[in-house]
Amino acid sequence: MSSLLEAVKKGKTLVSDGAWGTFLHKLGLQPGECPELWNLTHRAEVFSIAKSYIDAGADMILTNSFGGNPFKLEHFGLKDKSFELNKAAAEISREAAGDNHFVLGSIGPTGAILMMGQISEQELYDGFAIQSEALKQGGADAICVETMSAIDEAVIAVRAAISTGLEVVCTFTFEKTISGEYRTMMGVSPKEMVIAVKDAGASIIGSNCGNGFEQMIDIIHEIRSVDSEIPILIHANAGKPDYVDGKTVFPETPHQMAAITPALIKAGANIIGGCCGTTPEHIKALVNAVRIE
Amino acid sequence: MNEALITQIGICIEKGKVNKASPYPGDMIGQEGSDELTRQALSEGIGPDLILQACNSGMQRIGERFSRNEVFVPELLMAAKSMNAVMAHLKPYFQTGTVKAKGKFVIGTVAGDLHDIGKNLVSMVVEGNGWEVIDLGVDVKTAKFVDSVKANPGCIVGLSALLTTTMANMAKTVQEIKNQFPDTVVIVGGAPLSTKAAEQMKADGYASDPQGAVAFLNKVSRN
Repeated sequence: MSSLLEAVKKGKTLVSDGAWGTFLHKLGLQPGECPELWNLTHRAEVFSIAKSYIDAGADMILTNSFGGNPFKLEHFGLKDKSFELNKAAAEISREAAGDNHFVLGSIGPTGAILMMGQISEQELYDGFAIQSEALKQGGADAICVETMSAIDEAVIAVRAAISTGLEVVCTFTFEKTISGEYRTMMGVSPKEMVIAVKDAGASIIGSNCGNGFEQMIDIIHEIRSVDSEIPILIHANAGKPDYVDGKTVFPETPHQMAAITPALIKAGANIIGGCCGTTPEHIKALVNAVRIE
Repeated sequence: MNEALITQIGICIEKGKVNKASPYPGDMIGQEGSDELTRQALSEGIGPDLILQACNSGMQRIGERFSRNEVFVPELLMAAKSMNAVMAHLKPYFQTGTVKAKGKFVIGTVAGDLHDIGKNLVSMVVEGNGWEVIDLGVDVKTAKFVDSVKANPGCIVGLSALLTTTMANMAKTVQEIKNQFPDTVVIVGGAPLSTKAAEQMKADGYASDPQGAVAFLNKVSRN
């Protein structure tokens, strides 16, 4: 199989997977439980998520390792298991994906803020390096550094991921400001992200979480205004969640997401998929929408 | 009285200037920060209440700019850091009762949720506005909130959540606090929350940002 980057460069829009976190909770993960521990204790459930996205027609799936950095695992007393949990995450997705689909090892932020001195640059790098290497050994084809909001942490994560020799995807989470611009909570614009993470070595960039597809189109336009070449990956939420009668409800249906897919591709997205609240049904709808294009 | 000095302390809060050695912000390099200026003001006999007032308005200005999306988390964190430097000098005056807090605010991230950035920002800005903040940390079980309300009569409670999956725990905590202490005012906030969600949980208020929480607290305390 060719590399992810080569596959993207063939010109066809690729489809990624949907939500993991909200899916795990549907399968019984309790708030406060460590999602990554499920790679060892509930392997079958984690596998079923991975497989459901492959069955939905996705070209690639991620791994259950978003919070698998040692800094976060320490909250659960699992710092010593960092390598094992990440490797297992990649093995599960690899088994579900087989040889004809890509596995992207997921790496999320630590939740610590560098400028406040909560963690050192070296600690950050070492943690992300352990995670990246474990994901590689578990069979990941590429690393996806996602949901980033600070340039410094993202750049360190990308550099650590690059050290494995794998291709690296990096996506940030933006919010629309009052004046209509997009910024991360740390104040980073899509343009600033492009320059910093490309320089750090990411070969695919984009945005995940925080927004539905409609806002993602604005974000793609801003990325494309400074870079017409770099492949863009978008993982959108199924809208902003509502809390109704004791349940969290995501408003965007598979049909709605599929309807907006052509506009997303036209704007310049190369890989599209879902984040919080999206399901295999959403991915199935995206696959169909992409085929028609 | 040295009014220029008091004003400058407020500016240091707003701009996040902690001390002379701090490289932040770039346009104040080499200038004295809130740390040195507070020490100087106290030694000149300026009342700690006046210093605190200047800090409160500096904090309010940066909080409002944050609400307007003119500045982001880093600027707010630096302002809080600058405020902490002042508070270290003013602590003895709080202990002796020379200066008084507006009231007590108990805050925590609800059970099952380990995210602390939003909770910390609210905590810092509320403290910067003159409230005593009791921060219970993250993954705070309902019983711990209830105990804290019991130990701090008249306090207002703030609940934070980032995960959509922990909103149910938030609702449970609101309910339990209201069951045991019907008069206790509870405000909720966090990325997945909304005014609608807060109403569903029967919380008294919702704030979308730290300054919103300050406005709510000040309104409640005036009533």
